[in-house]
Amino acid sequence: MTVSFCGLELAHRVINGSGTFDAIAARRAFGAALETDFPFAAYVSKTITLEAREGNPPPRLWEAASGLINSIGLPNKGLERYIAEDLPQLASLTAAARGAHDGCAVPLITNVMGSTAEEFSTLVLACDARSEIAAVELNVSCPNVETGLDIGADPRQLEAVVIEARAQTRKPLIVKLTPNTADVVACAEAAQAGGADAVSLINTLRAMALTPAAARSPGAPRAAPWLGGRTGGLSGPAVRTVALAQVAAVAARVSIPVVGMGGVQRAAHARELIDAGATLVAVGTASFRDPTAATGIARGLLRMTAT
Amino acid sequence: MSKAPFARRLLAVTGMDELGPYRVLRVADPDGPDPDPGQFAMLAAAERWGGGEDERPYLPRAFSIARVAEGGEAHFLLEDVGPGTRRLCELQAGDGLWVLGPLGQGFTAPRDGRRAILAGGGVGIAPLAILQDSLPDQTAVLLGFRDGSRAEGAALLRDACVATDDGSAGHHGLLTDLLDRELQHDSHAVVYSCGPAPMLEAVRAMCAARGVPAQLALEAGMACGFGACFGCVVPRRGGGFLRVCVDGPVLDAAQLEKVDEHAGAPG
Repeated sequence: MTVSFCGLELAHRVINGSGTFDAIAARRAFGAALETDFPFAAYVSKTITLEAREGNPPPRLWEAASGLINSIGLPNKGLERYIAEDLPQLASLTAAARGAHDGCAVPLITNVMGSTAEEFSTLVLACDARSEIAAVELNVSCPNVETGLDIGADPRQLEAVVIEARAQTRKPLIVKLTPNTADVVACAEAAQAGGADAVSLINTLRAMALTPAAARSPGAPRAAPWLGGRTGGLSGPAVRTVALAQVAAVAARVSIPVVGMGGVQRAAHARELIDAGATLVAVGTASFRDPTAATGIARGLLRMTAT
Repeated sequence: MSKAPFARRLLAVTGMDELGPYRVLRVADPDGPDPDPGQFAMLAAAERWGGGEDERPYLPRAFSIARVAEGGEAHFLLEDVGPGTRRLCELQAGDGLWVLGPLGQGFTAPRDGRRAILAGGGVGIAPLAILQDSLPDQTAVLLGFRDGSRAEGAALLRDACVATDDGSAGHHGLLTDLLDRELQHDSHAVVYSCGPAPMLEAVRAMCAARGVPAQLALEAGMACGFGACFGCVVPRRGGGFLRVCVDGPVLDAAQLEKVDEHAGAPG
């Protein structure tokens, strides 16, 4: 029994959140077992940008109350090297992972981020040209160079970016919404109006941690931000109920499928997002604690559906 | 490199030994792969992992594998420095422990007839124990501690020469005093080091100044331990970053401009 999502047939409803599972590094750490027990029904790449990025200076992590704040800064090789070096490896890995899902293909979704509509267009066009890529996800949690506002937080800008991207491909186009906006429903509607085939949410919530007293320089008058990027994104169980509210609000107002994510640790959490209107569920931070967390969640979901 | 089974495994704690202010956590892992010296594992208590101070811990904690005893009993050296390590220190025989590993790149054996010098500090002496087990008996072992109580940790290794900051055990001074003496005696050596960032940086600088190769086992706060989160990076000499979990934790000193003071764990 497969699940249909934007014309793709998936073995189950659980995929990974972008940037939470480096399949190439995991293949090195765990060997062929990664493929034979591949946890996800589709694989979403980390965010790819036009130019290579080093990412933010360390420290990049802070363990928050029931969660994690990260300020990784989207390190990646840039579009050209992603296509030349990573894509062939990811394609062979996801092809080998079919075996984990009774022969059902594991589609490769490439996540891209630009800082202008033009950049998004270039990235999407390059993905369109590659048969290994089944779908494209737009990371719109990027500040507009002029206004400083996140593109994805402003419905007008977001719709314009999606229209441009839509014109470059007929492959499924997913828009990853930011929760750091006054009105996530308006943003979801803008993505749909721009031609998105699906929306995914929530991305991490903007958060900050201050340097603990023990790690502060003596004589420092007050605590400074701990993370190299000053602020970061909060994920994990701490955000689960926020995710549920946003997914429910969006799913009630758009007609395109919704990928729900945010703090899912167990099948029951995934089930809640589905009950709130999500078609697929993404697992992110839970995979950091156990790389096979998604496998258990997918199995648990299937058992719930069966009863 | 030993590859980790894909999935964290629920193992049984076999015991917890006191070693001065440190604890040696022992875990039955008869079916686990043999780790390379320098590899690590991500640990989390099966029960009550969370809900501690500030509603932490949430993430597993990275620990060097200190030793594998007969029958596949894995040993980890702990120091209570935060909510995660505190919870791990409370574990008793029979308790469950989630273990993901062995992970990362370990130490490389000495080459070109160089003799090994092991230089460790504090709780960072752990990976040098399993390394010592794999090296000839006469390998030099130099360990530094803050005080005499912590210096009891030196019992984890055999025939260690000890320095303490306060002079209450062994040489009154720094580990690098001992290392300096050792390298003056014979510099055709390779130094294996693990410990607090300022000590590692001093070891790195001393070895670099004398042209002695060094392998440094780094510590960093990690969310995953297998390259997924990109959170544990340190600056690479010449630009960019290295992921401590998959490029390390053992790095050739030449890969680093200096040991970053931020390379600390969440506790």
